[in-house]
Amino acid sequence: MSRTIDELRADLTARCARIDRTIKIMEVCGTHTVSIFRSGLRSMLPENLRLISGPGCPVCVTAQRHIDAAIELATHENLILATYGDMMRVPGKLGSLEGLRAGGADIRVVNSTQTAVDLAKSNPTRPVVFLAVGFETTTPATAAAVIAAEREGVENFSVLMCHKLVVPAMLALLQAGDVPLDGFLCPGHVSVIIGAAAYKPVVEQHKKACVVAGFEATQMMQGLTHLVAQVDEGRADLENVYKAVVNDAGNTVAQELMDKVFVPADTPWRALGTIPMSGLELAPAYSRFDAVGRFGLTFGEDEDNPACRCGEVIQGKTEPADCSLFDNGCTPLTPIGPCMVSTEGTCAAWYKYHRVRPSTTGVTA
Amino acid sequence: MCLAVPGKIIERSEFQGTVDMQGNRLDINLMLTPEAAVGEWVLVHAGHAITTIEEAEALKTWEYIKEAFGDDILDTPGSDVADGSRT
Repeated sequence: MSRTIDELRADLTARCARIDRTIKIMEVCGTHTVSIFRSGLRSMLPENLRLISGPGCPVCVTAQRHIDAAIELATHENLILATYGDMMRVPGKLGSLEGLRAGGADIRVVNSTQTAVDLAKSNPTRPVVFLAVGFETTTPATAAAVIAAEREGVENFSVLMCHKLVVPAMLALLQAGDVPLDGFLCPGHVSVIIGAAAYKPVVEQHKKACVVAGFEATQMMQGLTHLVAQVDEGRADLENVYKAVVNDAGNTVAQELMDKVFVPADTPWRALGTIPMSGLELAPAYSRFDAVGRFGLTFGEDEDNPACRCGEVIQGKTEPADCSLFDNGCTPLTPIGPCMVSTEGTCAAWYKYHRVRPSTTGVTA
Repeated sequence: MCLAVPGKIIERSEFQGTVDMQGNRLDINLMLTPEAAVGEWVLVHAGHAITTIEEAEALKTWEYIKEAFGDDILDTPGSDVADGSRT
């Protein structure tokens, strides 16, 4: 019989009380970040358990130079840019895709890569570029689109590859060593694709606890309880408490498809710099579908607002409220940094659920 | 958003299919789940089924999604949770 959330909380609280220091757990996935806030879980946690939001929001970690490249593409005569909806408001050097669309650029929000391929089929005289953003949950869909374009001879279709890999980012954070962590709450649906065993290098090379968990409150509490139990018992193991959905090997069909279409490549992350082999590019057999080569794109350096601390936020080095722009010019309606753009960005989640509002008595709550 | 949502397969050909999501019909790609059959539940992300799941887990996931995002998420055309238009 699985334990109730109250039983898990009691176990967690008892274990934290025995540990005479702050325990730092990073939730890697942006969906966990939002779900933890929405469920009210944070308020149920002991004071010495600190949750740090990691670099798991795809919008937030997309390098500014990639946004700028997408914006440049969208200004090409006759071109259709297809994108997932949450990329529309991310600010680049010259504005956002939303602003560009308001000015007449043909930018289409799609809910499936298939729709982007279909757009190319129904507009054979126009180039269609898909802005391929996201972690491994999303990446197989891009591979499927490239395969479909090849199979159906849709040569006016191409992709701007901005995909990121979760595990190399976790390893890079640990190698940098400036965010002391006890363990990771590992993403639920990324793990459907990569499998729970993918986190073995984190456990084996860095002796950090890893627990794969779902997004429902009890599932997340179970994940945290297992992580704290490991800290309490001096262990660093890989555990999966989301076995109804995630297995060890992952979706091997999706993995084979990704291996066929993509090869690992160095890629820039917003504020983290370039992380070796943390991204993907098209394999030589499919390189003609690469928008970078097709349109001769070049990438400049990122020029983030110097006051914006999104880079530190996604590394868990600072909390949103410590940024001078937070709720002071940077809000979900007027985002300056990418962590405020996406609903699962750490700053947007803090703004919505955790913002300290001045009270009418002059005492902050 | 790396959140996949459950749908029940009501039709499938080789790679294409239709799922029922709380009364909404959605055409999806089933290339990544060759084993998924009509009547089974799958998790759908960005228009693709990524794994099969048991009905009990699917219903629990929908409960969570409604609790976290509100019932109105299902009634909103182009809803990012229901149709997966987020990353």
